Amino acid sequence: MSLAGFEVEVQRSAADGGVVTEDMTLSMGPQHPSTHGVLRFVVRADGEVMKEAIPDIGYLHRSIEKIAEKVGWHGFLPYTDRVDYVAAMFCNHGWTMACEVIAGIEVPKRAEYCRVIADELCRLHSHLLSVGSMAMDIGAFTPFMHAIREREYLNDLFEELCGSRLTFHYMRIGGVGWDLPPGWIEKMAHFLDRFEPLIDEYDRLISYNKIFTERLGGVAVITAEQAIDYNLVGPNLRGSGVDYDVRKDVPYSIYPELEFEVPVGTGEMGAVGDCFDRYIVRMREMRESCKILRQCIRQIPEGPVITKVPRNFKPPVGDAYVRLESARGDMGWYVVSDGTAFPHRCKIRTGSFSAISIVQLVSRNLMIADLIAVIASLDLVAPEIDR
Amino acid sequence: MGDWVQSLIDGGMVPAAIPAWVHYLTAALVFGGVIVFGFVLPIAGITTWVERRIVGRIQSRIGPNRVGPAGFLQWLADGLKSMLKEDIVPTAADGPLFRFAPYVVMTGFVGTFAALPFTSALIVADLNVGILYVTSVTALVVVGILMAGWASNNKWSLLGGIRSAAQIVSYEIPAGLSIFPIVLLTGSLSMQDIIRSQGAGPFSWYLFANPFTFVAFFVFFVSALAEGNRTPFDLPEAESELVAGFATEYSGMRSVLFFMAEWGNLYVIGAIVTTLFLGGWQIPFAFENRIVQHVLEFATFFLKSYGVGVLVPIWLRWTLPRIRVDQMMTMCWKYLVPIAFVNLLGTAAWMLWVAPWVQMLVRVTLLGATFAGILMFLRRVVYHLEYAKLGRRHLSFNPLGTARSPG
Repeated sequence: MSLAGFEVEVQRSAADGGVVTEDMTLSMGPQHPSTHGVLRFVVRADGEVMKEAIPDIGYLHRSIEKIAEKVGWHGFLPYTDRVDYVAAMFCNHGWTMACEVIAGIEVPKRAEYCRVIADELCRLHSHLLSVGSMAMDIGAFTPFMHAIREREYLNDLFEELCGSRLTFHYMRIGGVGWDLPPGWIEKMAHFLDRFEPLIDEYDRLISYNKIFTERLGGVAVITAEQAIDYNLVGPNLRGSGVDYDVRKDVPYSIYPELEFEVPVGTGEMGAVGDCFDRYIVRMREMRESCKILRQCIRQIPEGPVITKVPRNFKPPVGDAYVRLESARGDMGWYVVSDGTAFPHRCKIRTGSFSAISIVQLVSRNLMIADLIAVIASLDLVAPEIDR
Repeated sequence: MGDWVQSLIDGGMVPAAIPAWVHYLTAALVFGGVIVFGFVLPIAGITTWVERRIVGRIQSRIGPNRVGPAGFLQWLADGLKSMLKEDIVPTAADGPLFRFAPYVVMTGFVGTFAALPFTSALIVADLNVGILYVTSVTALVVVGILMAGWASNNKWSLLGGIRSAAQIVSYEIPAGLSIFPIVLLTGSLSMQDIIRSQGAGPFSWYLFANPFTFVAFFVFFVSALAEGNRTPFDLPEAESELVAGFATEYSGMRSVLFFMAEWGNLYVIGAIVTTLFLGGWQIPFAFENRIVQHVLEFATFFLKSYGVGVLVPIWLRWTLPRIRVDQMMTMCWKYLVPIAFVNLLGTAAWMLWVAPWVQMLVRVTLLGATFAGILMFLRRVVYHLEYAKLGRRHLSFNPLGTARSPG
């Protein structure tokens, strides 16, 4: 069956003249409440049971990579926020890191700490939305509102840090835009004190709810081999039991100085790599992020937060591929410089794009309601798929 | 009510020239109109406001608070808005069926009120098959929903309609089977007889009559939730799966009729549960003044029905996720139906063979256990309220230090 085609497969029973059934082709999206953005699935279903769900992407393509070639090195930074607007800080970080590698710029220590603090807060920000909307897609609205409530405090923190609540534009080539405001560290510590017990509350409210675990446990199992074959990254890969985290395995920034654990799926509610594992890995990553943030609060040094970078920034000819662990996993930025004021080429590799490719494989013979759980558990963010 | 009309005719209060059946018909229509417009529709509307306020509290927000005191008139504003909205019928829809479906749903829902008691005297028709009538007229709702799902000519609507049909037809069985233990105990299908054979205090409610009715209460409650399309059984209109299920293509007042039936149905569930298990309108004292008597009976019945049928389902709805279609079917056919059969047979055996003093002992034990459970739950609530009070310092955390309007 082709993607655009809606040809109907007619199945006849063995005896001639038996019951003739047709598969139903459902178009889920682009305007559907739980496709998390403008995303479409062509679902071939026999009643409630799906034969196949074919993702159809491209509704949110904004040519961001092409824009990079037109707006220059500094000018592209605000655009990176739009690559993944749910976790914009990581895209900032990826672009600035790539530019710094090409130009050989040394980033001040305090700026690295500021970046990691911002990154980890952004990971909380993104994971809260992910687990909240997961609960909402399963039918529980209240956990979503509670997650949004905590996210609101994070938004306030970000607003104070960089003046923006969603598209941050906090980092600069050579450092970060602004130092942490006075008293901000205490507010963040205050937030962590409040937030860590709340993770337990979420666990009581929804994670170990019987209906919730029944809906997610053993559903859409992705084995470790499949996850690696389909190039899954981040929490989706770790949910399948593969212990791989860019922060640990290809360390960047100051992560080697920080202690944290990499949670992996254990299959506690069914099989390793089911929807529940991917969900619970995110919950545990939030705890680890809190741990990292507390270490950053203790260790952050004094000093400048940005290296002087000329306004007319012209890095030498060369290219760089940097990787970082975004909220959706291993994010890659490949940037080529031809020595001019404009990048020659920019290519972004995102986690959601590889995650959506596995939907067709795992959605076979699931119920339609399970497709929602699969989409939510893979944490697909439409703008990140299309860019 | 028939007696009352007869007394009017006999007393010469109405023109005798008109045949008696006209008087009966007029009385039925007037009384029915008063019930529908004076009780049923306001109850359905006010329940939307109650639900939204409670949900606001559950979700750390405020809920409607603009129209009227504490937003109380929000339901009127919403109703007015819906009435003024354009009534869109999709081009590809089956027009007549599409337009007719909401009325079928509404009829099925309002029809139940004909046999629901309000007080010992206030009942539209005290049918001798009252409880059977109520369960069967409720089944009309599924016809309407299936019509809506099919006529919309939308695959999501169709899936919603099919789910609803499967769900309501399946859960009718445990619901019906859970009624029969009570019918066995009473020996009558009339709603008023069922209530009269119980007493005012919890001790003489059928809920605690024997262990089987105790279980039947929960089986019936779960099945009734499923029949009313309430979470965790709100599959027919699962908004994250089927957009809005069978109501996807409906707009304006037609869509409101569906939701009014849904909210109103909650009260019906509560009224049936109260009648069967919780002693109905029984109050411990008899008053000389019949008005006082009936007002108290009405208040008793209403509070019980509203608490069990509206507040508890609202609480469940905003706490629990939704189950899947196959899990819903498994739960019905593998668990609830066998349990309901055991309840029926068990009640019969209990009535035949168990000695009265054992029955009394079990009754007291069940009552005590229930009260202990409620007390433990309340203690937990108090504990969490205290816990929240300790955390209030954190709840007011506001990094920017800016004043926020509560709304």
